[in-house]
Amino acid sequence: MNLVSKNLNTLEGWGIDANPENDPTYPMRDRDNNVTGTRPTQQIARVEVLQSIERPHYTAVFGETIPPSGLSGQLRRYAFQHSESRYRHWLPLLLADRIQEYEEIINDVKKGKIPNFYAETGGKAMWRYDKPALIKKVACVAIGAFIISCAFKRLLK
Amino acid sequence: MKAMNYRGPFRIRIDEKPMPEILHPRDAIVQVTRACICGSDLHLYHGMVPDTRIGSTFGHEFIGIVRELGSEVTNLKVGDKVLVPFNIACGQCVFCLQGLYANCHEANTMATAGGGIFGYSHLAGGYDGGQAEYIRVPYADVGPTVIPEDMDEEDALLLTDVLPTGYQAAEMGGIQKGDTVVVFGAGPVGIMAARCAWLFGAERVIVIDHLEYRLDFVKNYANCEVYNFKSLEDPVLFIKHITNWLGADVCIDAVGSDACGNAMQTITGKKLLLQAGAATALHWAINSVKKGGIVSIVGVYGPTDNLVPIGNVLNKGITIRANQTSVKRLLPKLMKHVQDGILSPKDIITHRFALEDLPDAYRIFSSKLDECIKPVIVL
Ligand SMILES: NC(=O)c1ccc[n+]([C@@H]2O[C@H](COP(=O)([O-])OP(=O)(O)OC[C@H]3O[C@@H](n4cnc5c(N)ncnc54)[C@H](O)[C@@H]3O)[C@@H](O)[C@H]2O)c1
Ligand SMILES: [Zn+2]
Ligand SMILES: [Zn+2]
Repeated sequence: MNLVSKNLNTLEGWGIDANPENDPTYPMRDRDNNVTGTRPTQQIARVEVLQSIERPHYTAVFGETIPPSGLSGQLRRYAFQHSESRYRHWLPLLLADRIQEYEEIINDVKKGKIPNFYAETGGKAMWRYDKPALIKKVACVAIGAFIISCAFKRLLK
Repeated sequence: MKAMNYRGPFRIRIDEKPMPEILHPRDAIVQVTRACICGSDLHLYHGMVPDTRIGSTFGHEFIGIVRELGSEVTNLKVGDKVLVPFNIACGQCVFCLQGLYANCHEANTMATAGGGIFGYSHLAGGYDGGQAEYIRVPYADVGPTVIPEDMDEEDALLLTDVLPTGYQAAEMGGIQKGDTVVVFGAGPVGIMAARCAWLFGAERVIVIDHLEYRLDFVKNYANCEVYNFKSLEDPVLFIKHITNWLGADVCIDAVGSDACGNAMQTITGKKLLLQAGAATALHWAINSVKKGGIVSIVGVYGPTDNLVPIGNVLNKGITIRANQTSVKRLLPKLMKHVQDGILSPKDIITHRFALEDLPDAYRIFSSKLDECIKPVIVL
């Protein structure tokens, strides 16, 4: 280890230019009162809660919404093995978000609930206030669907 | 209960969800009476924030009635009408004790950089938000504040985020009497920042956006100069030009990661997600501020990297100040300003929707349709 035990007061010039007013923090840090803080009572987790590895333990409270599940959940668990400083944390999370979208469409359909994309994307508002954008969007989706179905037919032949 | 349900980028619906429960002795259950959609929600809605899980309920700006209290909450009673700051803050960690309620270290298990925020994905603690009939409010003894009898509830609603954020943007700018301040963004936050800049003694307040209707509004509401960047070939050069070729004393980024105005930033930041959103406004702010000037950032960016001219920050000796807003720290002062009639935040509300119409409300606010500035959900 690199730790050197030293007595700061014997270091020549230690602190002679210290200037408490040269503190750009905002609100300015209170260094006089030795603020240390305490921990609130701990919430007990009832579901799987992913924890940043930059923390020693769960925070005293947390949300229990939408525990990880399925393939997207696996990706999230992987992501949380890496610190917030790494792409290995963020990119799998972004990918998991996209995958979960499709997992949830399947779940919806399984429950007999066909997603109403028009209503969900605010189609009514677009029809009222932004018809050109809506028409463009619908055309894009139609062309996309047509290309995909042609490709499928070819594949099946 | 009915609640907003995120289904993926640009897709939301209203669904039945289980009632929230008390999970900690300092929790409360609040019945929401009004909630807003915020520019920050748009980053989630556009799918730009990592770990925004499908099924989440958004919404961090809300007021309501206390319906249930955990055993350790003694300063509120059932039936109280409260405004709830968007930060979830314990009030006793080292950061809260410094007034940094936005940076509380006991509210977000999933990340350390950001604090806990209602309805702001698992990046901000995985809490459900206030675009719902009921919500769980942790640390209810710290954040929720009883709405004074004489205060309009829509003013109270905008005290949960927008007004404090605009105020903090100006405050972090360290604005001194005589300063020229440029605010990028004429959304709710930029409008409030421009209005609050005067309270610190600014001599000149300039707002930049590309939406003419918002510029018209802020020009009257905040009594400032406005310029449409669409009609300026180079906004930075233009600002130099109108500030004696030196730049502004203070530049405020009230836009964040959904910025327009630069193709490269838009493609890499918003289409390909190769950076944490488009940093166009921040780029302009850094390049338009004076040497030795101050850039104040309240526009929100994602957790990874952004393309900004950091070399110019160095060479110009710029001071950057940035944070999420510590609403609780500012509340006493801002409630008084509102009660004294100095600030009237509710005037920026342009749209009111029922919860059922939320998908359309998001679309209208996101695509800036029907001259929308601030949409409110009335429950
Ligand atoms: N720090 C905080 O605590 C905090 C709190 C609330 C909101 N925010 C953030 O503040 C930002 C603004 O919020 P809002 O509710 O006003 O959102 P908004 O989307 O309504 O407004 C953003 C405005 O910026 C304009 N704009 C886009 N690109 C621009 C550019 N290059 N230059 C100038 N203007 C440009 C848009 O036209 C729009 O009018 C968001 O990023 C939001 O997340 C931060
Ligand atoms: Zn907000
Ligand atoms: Zn805290």
